[in-house]
Amino acid sequence: MRTPRLVVGLAALAAAFFALPLLGLVAAAPWRTAGSMLLAPQVTRAAALSLVAATAAVALGTALAFPLAWVLARTRFPGRRWLRGLVLVPMVLPPVVAGVGLLAAFGRRGLLGGALEAAGVTIPFTTAAVVLAATFVSAPFLVVTLEAGLAGLDRRLEDAAATLGASPARILATVVLPGLKPSLAAGVALAWTRALGEFGATITFAGNLRGRTQTMPLAVYEILQTDAGAAILLSVVLLLVSLLAVVAVRGGLFRDPA
Amino acid sequence: MLGPNGAGKSTLVAALAGLAPLDAGRVAVGGRVWEDVVAGVRLAPGERRIGVAFQDARLFPALSALDNAAYGPRARGVSRAESRRRARAWLERLGALHLAERRPAALSGGEAQRVALARALAADPEVLLLDEPLSAQDAAARSAARRALAGALAGFGGVALVVTHDPIEALTLADRVVVLEGGRIVQAGDAESLRRRPATAWVAELAGVNLLAGRLVAAGREIFLESGALRLAVLPGEVPIGAAAEAVVPPHAIVLSLDAPRGSARNVLRGGIAAIDPRGDRVRVTLDTRPPLTAEITAESLADLALSEGSIVHAAIKVTEIEVFPA
Repeated sequence: MRTPRLVVGLAALAAAFFALPLLGLVAAAPWRTAGSMLLAPQVTRAAALSLVAATAAVALGTALAFPLAWVLARTRFPGRRWLRGLVLVPMVLPPVVAGVGLLAAFGRRGLLGGALEAAGVTIPFTTAAVVLAATFVSAPFLVVTLEAGLAGLDRRLEDAAATLGASPARILATVVLPGLKPSLAAGVALAWTRALGEFGATITFAGNLRGRTQTMPLAVYEILQTDAGAAILLSVVLLLVSLLAVVAVRGGLFRDPA
Repeated sequence: MLGPNGAGKSTLVAALAGLAPLDAGRVAVGGRVWEDVVAGVRLAPGERRIGVAFQDARLFPALSALDNAAYGPRARGVSRAESRRRARAWLERLGALHLAERRPAALSGGEAQRVALARALAADPEVLLLDEPLSAQDAAARSAARRALAGALAGFGGVALVVTHDPIEALTLADRVVVLEGGRIVQAGDAESLRRRPATAWVAELAGVNLLAGRLVAAGREIFLESGALRLAVLPGEVPIGAAAEAVVPPHAIVLSLDAPRGSARNVLRGGIAAIDPRGDRVRVTLDTRPPLTAEITAESLADLALSEGSIVHAAIKVTEIEVFPA
């Protein structure tokens, strides 16, 4: 079927809906003073923390998501659907609820609070809390993409490798991981951008301490109270970085399904 | 192992490879038990010395053809350089060395099967399991691929089980033919015994293929296969003149007529009809040539020609329809 003009028209309207906020930000940004605003110490420190925290969250998230995705994709056990729901619910949860939940688990009066205190570890309102909050909300994207990737792999290739005497580790390295590359790339891109944009869980669980827990989204929120122009400028920067990350790797997923 | 589609051939391969657990029975190779349901023995696929060339090749997409072929030795701890040397040797033997640097996605089905075969052989197995190893070869490359496979099997020291549904492959590759139908062995033996006493209709199909043993001779600019009292013009392929050879003549390639045909076929024989054997809408007509030749024609043309036992007919066979193999 040829694409009807009506569909093209509606798609154009939909595209405009997504493009307008971006255009509005670009139009409203004070480009003349951009240099000094972006190089302000508060901004550079927030940007550095955001990059580090999002990257650490993706690394931790991948380590958590891979075994979960494997179990979900390749084993059958009672409660499997509930486990999947539990792991995916942070995608749709209000982030502030995620933050409260993290406090209830890792806070001083939380479930693990006593144990952590005995071990001399404090998590809330530290940089570690920023990473945990970002991991909690972003890792589900990795679970989804890796589970779909594992389910789509041709298990017969693994059988072929087994007949040739390959150990599970070799099969993983030579057959499974190469086959998962497109899914992993997509998951990393989505999770990284989600972690970069995390706000609610971070401010609840990690607070808004400049240099320690203030990420870019928190800095935008704080600066908005006093300097709307600078906040808009930072928003444009965040939007562009996220857009680039999603385009770069999602595009790869669709081009290379092998 | 010959059998029609759905006979259980691939299942048997999977069972021997350890990829499909047995419900009952036992697998033993050279006195060593690989699997025994009663005794509770079951070696993992990697613990059996097998090389499997799957019908769908199953090459690893992330590795070059060379590294695919080198996979078995690598997995068993042989150095990378030595593994690649073995892989290259087998690729060369199978006429696939020029594919070494290609990724599987850039190989045709037939090329992928050749690389898969090299991968199975390079694993240095005790038992080679080849599941329809020539199914993806196109018609033009098929007989060359079959000769390359026959050569590779001759250079292989272990047991090779070749699964096929093509009687010509079975007749030309195997020392011993096992026929599987409906999950059971219906007949086993050398090709000749199967041809003489087919146990089922399907084996009879196989038996109907004309297999002529003889010697290649040159006369003028043509090459002939002399077999008994027959002298057929053939394309010798890679068989040298003067050498013992076998030729396969498919029954449907023999065209019968009452008058001498005026077509392009260079082989025209004259003979009496020794037997007429109807099979549904097809009829097998055996001529009293020495050795006898069986033609397959439609029931309609049998009626048109008004043939009966004892009728004298002309049989035309195109040179290109006769396949010649080293004996």
